[in-house]
Amino acid sequence: MTKPTEAAGKSADTVQYVTVRIAGQLFGLPILSVHDVFMPERTTRVPRAPRAVEGVLNLRGRIVTTINMRRLLDFPDATDIVQPMAVGIDYKGESYGLIIDTVGEVLALDSSTREPNPMNLDPRWAQVADGIHRLDNELMVILDVERVLSLRQGAMAA
Amino acid sequence: MDDLLREFLTETNENIDVVDVELVKFERDPNNAQVLDNIFRLVHTIKGTCGFLGLPRLGALAHAAETLMGKFREGAPVTTEAVGLILRTIDRVKELLVELETNLGQEPEGNDDDLIGPLEALALGSQAQPEPEPEPEPAPQRKVSVGTLTPQVLERELLPGEDSLDDIERAFREAQAEVPVPKPVAKQVPAAPAAEAKTETKAEAKSEAKPAAKPAAKPGKAGEADEGAGKGSVSSQSLRVNVDTLEKLMTMVSELVLTRNQLMEIARRQGDTEFKVPLQRLSNVTAELQEGVMKTRMQPIGNAWQKLPRIVRDLAQELNKQIDLEMVGAETELDRQILDLIKDPLTHMVRNSADHGLESTEQRRAAGKPERGKIRLAAYHEGGHIIIEISDDGRGLDTARIRAKALENGLATEAELEKMSEAQIHKFIFHAGFSTAAKVTSVSGRGVGMDVVRNNIEIIGGTIDVRSVPGRGTTFVIKIPLTLAIVSALIVEAAGDRFAIPQLAVMELVRVHHKSGHRIERIKNTPVLRLRNKLLPVVPLAELLGTAEPGSAVNETEQGEQGFIVVMQVGNQTFGIVVDAVFHTEEIVVKPMSSLLRHLSIFSGNTILGDGSVIMIIDPNGIAQAVAHSSTLSSSDSSAADAERASGKGNAVALLLFRAGGPEPKAVPLSLVTRLEELPVEKIERATGRPVVQYRGTLMPLVPVNDRVEQRESGTQPVLVFSDSGRSVGLMVDEIIDIVEEQFEITLASDVPGILGSGVVRGQTTEIIDIAHYLPMGFKDWFHRRAQQGEPQRRSLLLVDDSAFFRNMIGPALKAAGYDVTLCDSAVTALQLIEGGAMFDVVVTDIEMPHMDGFEFASRLRSDPRLEGLPIIALSGLCTPEAIERGRSVGFSDYIAKFDKPGLLEALKEFAGVQQEVAAA
Repeated sequence: MTKPTEAAGKSADTVQYVTVRIAGQLFGLPILSVHDVFMPERTTRVPRAPRAVEGVLNLRGRIVTTINMRRLLDFPDATDIVQPMAVGIDYKGESYGLIIDTVGEVLALDSSTREPNPMNLDPRWAQVADGIHRLDNELMVILDVERVLSLRQGAMAA
Repeated sequence: MDDLLREFLTETNENIDVVDVELVKFERDPNNAQVLDNIFRLVHTIKGTCGFLGLPRLGALAHAAETLMGKFREGAPVTTEAVGLILRTIDRVKELLVELETNLGQEPEGNDDDLIGPLEALALGSQAQPEPEPEPEPAPQRKVSVGTLTPQVLERELLPGEDSLDDIERAFREAQAEVPVPKPVAKQVPAAPAAEAKTETKAEAKSEAKPAAKPAAKPGKAGEADEGAGKGSVSSQSLRVNVDTLEKLMTMVSELVLTRNQLMEIARRQGDTEFKVPLQRLSNVTAELQEGVMKTRMQPIGNAWQKLPRIVRDLAQELNKQIDLEMVGAETELDRQILDLIKDPLTHMVRNSADHGLESTEQRRAAGKPERGKIRLAAYHEGGHIIIEISDDGRGLDTARIRAKALENGLATEAELEKMSEAQIHKFIFHAGFSTAAKVTSVSGRGVGMDVVRNNIEIIGGTIDVRSVPGRGTTFVIKIPLTLAIVSALIVEAAGDRFAIPQLAVMELVRVHHKSGHRIERIKNTPVLRLRNKLLPVVPLAELLGTAEPGSAVNETEQGEQGFIVVMQVGNQTFGIVVDAVFHTEEIVVKPMSSLLRHLSIFSGNTILGDGSVIMIIDPNGIAQAVAHSSTLSSSDSSAADAERASGKGNAVALLLFRAGGPEPKAVPLSLVTRLEELPVEKIERATGRPVVQYRGTLMPLVPVNDRVEQRESGTQPVLVFSDSGRSVGLMVDEIIDIVEEQFEITLASDVPGILGSGVVRGQTTEIIDIAHYLPMGFKDWFHRRAQQGEPQRRSLLLVDDSAFFRNMIGPALKAAGYDVTLCDSAVTALQLIEGGAMFDVVVTDIEMPHMDGFEFASRLRSDPRLEGLPIIALSGLCTPEAIERGRSVGFSDYIAKFDKPGLLEALKEFAGVQQEVAAA
């Protein structure tokens, strides 16, 4: 993929992404918005919560609200994932965890390969996608964390 | 914003609040030089700092206000107009401060000539005014003050120089005010020129030396010394800490508590380990730390009241009423967070009291009340709660209007209203959109009313209640928890999930088992529980939360028959929540839920348990709402049940109905009856010509209620057994009918011995019998024995109770027990009696009474040194641990349940007995 030298040379135009996979699709989260990556354990479900909210859990003494990204993005629930992972995000002083299938490597991508959302993108996706990166062998959807978390209850519940 | 400015803003805001309060005080008492000095000093400080920080607008305003106040200090007459003007200036200063804060230290554009002009005009006018006074001394002094004033007015335009001159001026003022200590300001005149002459020469030097001189001079000032010195010592021992820092500290302590809980949990699982001892220490230290940090968050409630005197003053002017505001217990502390939350409701309620509660001056005069209306704010601690009372001595709630309005709004039907007591009808004012204000004033009556207040208070887990007596006034009682941060919670499980229920809302736990007495029954699929002759709506928690296994009607019934019911009370709603299991209680730290979940009203937050898992905290208010929705019991039904339950606390009495000599029912308070017996006739023997029965190893005399009672020949004889001091008497009756719980008043007194009077029970006229009449008939010496004991000094007893029924009932019983009983129907008359010189050996008082409750009564008595050692016994239907604790704290010698006559007599014997010994010694 992008060579480190290139990335260093044009650091102003490069953004580092934490890549994750949800139902086979590659997504990238700007590294600055990612707090940590953890294995969600002992999740307490929250009755009456929006459907996309998986529950709450204790991560080193902090209460983290976890969001099931498969549900949010309208994928079927995973059947083959043994241990899902979560990307920890701090948003407006609150801790959230986005539950995804697997976490990949960190990519430094040049803004020149970035495209706006295609017009025909699923509207649910368009709400949370902040553009697409053309990688050599696949496309990476950029997840806008703020938009994910500022989704109104209705969108979460669907 | 730099630190200096921030400091200035905090300090000035505080000072301004004080100025507000002091000014109102000053207006009422214009001769109080101390108050004036205090205001003057504060305004001066503001002015001085403004100059230093380069805030010309604020400086100019403060200066103009100060000048006018300077005139007051020199003896110019204080007018409402002038004070009003200064208050408006203060308001402007507040506005400017707010803008300063938002604009990061930039003063907004604009000028304040609209205020400064009149201020200066008044200052000049008031200085001219006193001149015609024929006092010889003031004349030179006025001249001098004109002299100092004029350059100041000019000075204000030359902003940069203002500061130093002001300091000189301050030096003058302080020299004036502080040297001739005890004399009123006006008489300092001769000293002033001298002081000025001195200062004039050393002006520069003095302004330097001033900080040192000031504290030295202060102690000389008798009046101010208390306040000033007090303040000084406090400020040197306290420091300002940013609230954020405290919040962070609190969060960290919360974490510590959680970690402690976790460790304790591990230790519990591991049994005996060497960790136990140090862990215990850690636990103790944590608890202390927690308490300490909590304390830092505590603030006196007076902070929330600070703005009220000003508001009341403005209202009084606007409404043309005379209003006194009395504030008691301003030092009572509670959590900052809560303080912020109750500020607005309190203000609203005080406004309400001023506007609706108090009558106009003319109406008051017509009603024969003092012209000045009174609003009283009182705060005190009770158990883990803080109680705030807002009372006025106004017209009281208009029950008829509220009734009509409730009917009109469809809140209750005519029939329901018919059954309600006044107190229950009064509660309607807490419903939404319920304003009975005949006219909408600018102050209140706009329909935003008590429901908002109630909501705000319930949000923080508090309750609000109202008591009102027509023509005498209204009292609102607010009960709120001390803190929101850490609560004790019951951990329960429903459908596999655990939840925490705040202990405060939990009244009791009932185990449901089809074999045990408590089982869940159904009315058209609505589950209810019979609990002590009451029907309680119950709802499975899992159903409320939507987590119940689907398609499980059977499952549900199973659950219902095996689980636990958590009986909760929220406001006046009582209901049961069915859970699968109940674990333990735990001190939990309430953590706010993330904003994604905050709309869930059934949860108030979440927390981490000792075992490390996260648990949702149930919000009792939210649950109550959910129950109200889910329950198919119509809400009016349940509210009627609630009403009944609520009234049960107050005035309902359990009465035993029976027939004796005639078809009309007779009644006796159930609590006085020890036992009901059906005695086989053949067991009844005769001794000394009277019927007796062998009863529990002794002979019990039997007395017929009257000679018309049929003494049976065969079968059984129904007998009511009364016991006192180990003796029992059986009262023979014809038939025991029923036990009813009803509100009851003796409407017709009786002259017939043995009958207290009659009233209506279940729609039938019923005679209430006087037990005291019958007891001596069983034992001829019943009175004698007592009398002999009491002979050397027949003990005088004052019984205070607002209910005629209880006076009539307990009074004779006490008389029978050998006390010289004086009856009083209110604490107020009782106090008058005592203040009038009446002496009693012991006082027995009810707690819940209008105007002055038993607690206040007791503390009033306790404050009278003459009554030291006087036993005061509380007799109350309300016997919660909190009430008892409070009773103890206000000085009750003992606290006894209203129907516990043996207990009362026992206590009387103990306390009055002690009294006797003391008297003998």
